[in-house]
Amino acid sequence: MTQAINHLEMAGITKRFPGVLANDDVTIEVQAGEVLALLGENGAGKTTLMNVLYGLYQPDSGEIRINKKPVHITSPRQAIELGIGMVHQHFMLVPTLTVAENVALGLVTSAPVLDLKVVSKKITEISSSYGLAVNPEAYVWQLSVGEQQRVEIVKAIFLGASLLVLDEPTAVLTPQEAAELLNLLKRMAEQGRPIVFISHKLNEVMAVSQRVTVLRDGRVVASVKTEDTSAQELARLMVGREMTPRRREGEARPGRTVLELRNVQAANDKGSLALRGISLEVRASEVLGIAGVSGNGQRELAEAISGLRKVTDGQVFIGEREVTNRTPDKMIASGLGYIPEDRLHVGTISSFAVWENLVLKDHHRRPYARSIFLQNGPIRSATASLVGSYGVKTPTLDTPTGRLSGGNIQRLILAREISRSPSVLLAAYPSRGLDVGATEYVHTKLLEARKTGTGVLLISEDLEEILNLSDRVAVLYEGKIMKTLPVSEANERILGLLMAGVA
Amino acid sequence: MARRSLNEGVYLSKMNRNAGTIRLVKSWMQQLLILLGALLAALLIGAILLAIARSNPIRAYYVMFTGPFSSRFGITETLVRATPLLLVGLGIVISFRSGILNIGGEGQILAGAVTAAALALVLQSWPAPVLIPLVLLAAAAAGASWGGIAGWLKARLSVNEILSTVMLNQIALQIYLYLIRGPLIDPQEVAYGTGVPQTALLPRQVWFPRLVPATRLHAGLILALLLAVLVYVFLWRTTIGYRMRAVGAGPAAARYAGIRVEFYLILAMALAGAFAGLAGAVEVLGVHHRALEGLSGGYGFSGIVAALFGRLHPLGTIPASLLIGALILGADMMQRGVSIPAAMVMAIQGLVILFVVSSDILLRQPELLSRMVPRLAKKR
Repeated sequence: MTQAINHLEMAGITKRFPGVLANDDVTIEVQAGEVLALLGENGAGKTTLMNVLYGLYQPDSGEIRINKKPVHITSPRQAIELGIGMVHQHFMLVPTLTVAENVALGLVTSAPVLDLKVVSKKITEISSSYGLAVNPEAYVWQLSVGEQQRVEIVKAIFLGASLLVLDEPTAVLTPQEAAELLNLLKRMAEQGRPIVFISHKLNEVMAVSQRVTVLRDGRVVASVKTEDTSAQELARLMVGREMTPRRREGEARPGRTVLELRNVQAANDKGSLALRGISLEVRASEVLGIAGVSGNGQRELAEAISGLRKVTDGQVFIGEREVTNRTPDKMIASGLGYIPEDRLHVGTISSFAVWENLVLKDHHRRPYARSIFLQNGPIRSATASLVGSYGVKTPTLDTPTGRLSGGNIQRLILAREISRSPSVLLAAYPSRGLDVGATEYVHTKLLEARKTGTGVLLISEDLEEILNLSDRVAVLYEGKIMKTLPVSEANERILGLLMAGVA
Repeated sequence: MARRSLNEGVYLSKMNRNAGTIRLVKSWMQQLLILLGALLAALLIGAILLAIARSNPIRAYYVMFTGPFSSRFGITETLVRATPLLLVGLGIVISFRSGILNIGGEGQILAGAVTAAALALVLQSWPAPVLIPLVLLAAAAAGASWGGIAGWLKARLSVNEILSTVMLNQIALQIYLYLIRGPLIDPQEVAYGTGVPQTALLPRQVWFPRLVPATRLHAGLILALLLAVLVYVFLWRTTIGYRMRAVGAGPAAARYAGIRVEFYLILAMALAGAFAGLAGAVEVLGVHHRALEGLSGGYGFSGIVAALFGRLHPLGTIPASLLIGALILGADMMQRGVSIPAAMVMAIQGLVILFVVSSDILLRQPELLSRMVPRLAKKR
């Protein structure tokens, strides 16, 4: 039987990838009863470090010590046997199986018959001892994202984890679910478990952890007690400079209407009505924010406007032209720019080179093409200058886009969409999953577009983002606009109520 | 802020350019080693099969690997087999790159072959400079229509293209056999009462010139090589090729960018069919000079292997076709020289295909290999 982990130390870990020093002499320490927050921007080396701990990577140098004894971890299986449990950002659950069956999947047993009742009983024990509400008989597809995450935690404990590592656990949760998770982690730590909490969200780190280790560019820049620091200081340490939130400047001077929806209806993938008569107007030089909990029609709204989803009733206008149910290329030609929610599969083609993704919408236009032939010279010089001016960090123009970090992929998409000077820019969750620096950049660019006369439709679930950037805010709830109000009349409380469907 | 990023971008690009080149060379070597490793593994298992069948694997493989290269006959016959493989393979490269799988090469070859033979027989007296291009174009069009059906079914009705192309192979085969046994049968066969199912000999002016006298090596090889370069230019230097690759690599992103995904799926399948149809015509004009039974010779399937072996690159498909051509010829020679049952030869070919296709995952995710090797070493 594995011995409980009372103390874990990763000492002097260095991990090099071709061209990148992902971890440079990183030392972290965590002991029973405390939450260690590992804070850092995307690409700072947090995930690499945890993959070293989980046996997915071998460090080039450095040592891992459990209860002061050095260990060699060469596979996830071995990490689990040592009592390390990992809850990944993306859940590893089979939707068509029950909770108990999913938990049993990780079980290594020599018994030929699987007794699910025993599994269920143990799950119930675990869930009651930590206040982790989980029903072992429920099917995973029936569970909300927050519940699925609890299943992952139960699974890790069930498999004997005494130390828990959570990689950006709140990224996929609603604010309520996130708060609940933080409470749970605190309770678990109080019961004597060491917990490593990976995040780039400062308020969460301040709320949940006892100690913070800040990583930047693969190095530890600070290891401090949470009570001795502040969110401002951590932000400065993490980014390496002072941060100021971007806000729109100047009064809105909205111009002509650039996008109008009249009573638009559309179905979701399952065929039920997801947009139930949406009417809205975006004018030049303004940002209209669409607030709301995801899943209330945001995806369908963006797709209906961009021509990717059939509008079953109502009309869409871009400028003066009616474009209802036109194909995506017609929408693009009418002046629509679109930063899609899924930047890996929709916004870019991962296996395509950076330059190929930058000309995705214009590859057939002059000067990039003459008749059917691509013109390498003009393409290279134009894309090189876009990479420069939007600060896309890429080794070469020919690097496959999928190798870039999320923030750099988003910069690439911004470069493509904004440089086409659209009259309307549809931005769906443009900063989701991005770190502080990249988010700041996205906001700067959206506000620049607004300044140059573009009408921006910003779909987001981040109220701070909505309140900072928008001139007007519309709240989407169950496929309808609950209310549209000027930002001066909006605050988190009012929007929160509207988002919950309370008028 | 903007200035800082700009400088960083320039710095990074300078720093990593050299690293990038080195990695590319290394990975190219690595790819070759993985492919050869897969081949070796397939042959090892084949050796066990041969041993079970009481043949001497060493002698069999000796014939198989030296035969194709040890004589003028061997070398030219390798090239004769490589020609249709390359043509079919080029079509496969286009379709796979566009994200649609064409298993219908066999049927498309037959559609092209029978069209070529029929047209050449009907237009007997036309001069070669007009007739040859016309016959080739007609054969390509026939293959394209046959392939296009599967493309259309996929794009409009979401019919799985693997199923539809395999079914269409059967239909094409039966129509082909009907035609060369019935309406198109050689009148001499009827007159002499022998009834061999084949068309009459085509007019001499449409025969492809022989590149080496007294061998079957014909000008179709040059046509195939030229087309390989053309396909490369098409896929990587034209807007249409760009869109087809976009549809294959990221259909959702392609649709988002305003590319008509369905249209390019159909086009991809039609082009794949066109190349297979061309392969059929080239076999008719270059090798047999008539349409006869067994003409497709499995090239519709082996062409897929050639394309995969060539890393789905038109130029890579050239050496891959030569290799597969030599393998097929070597297997034929082994069958005759060491008298190994034909089924065994097919089994060995099947093993090669299985291993090569399976090695694909390692090629796509080289980091898997670096994790596998130490693990395997530890087990031992």
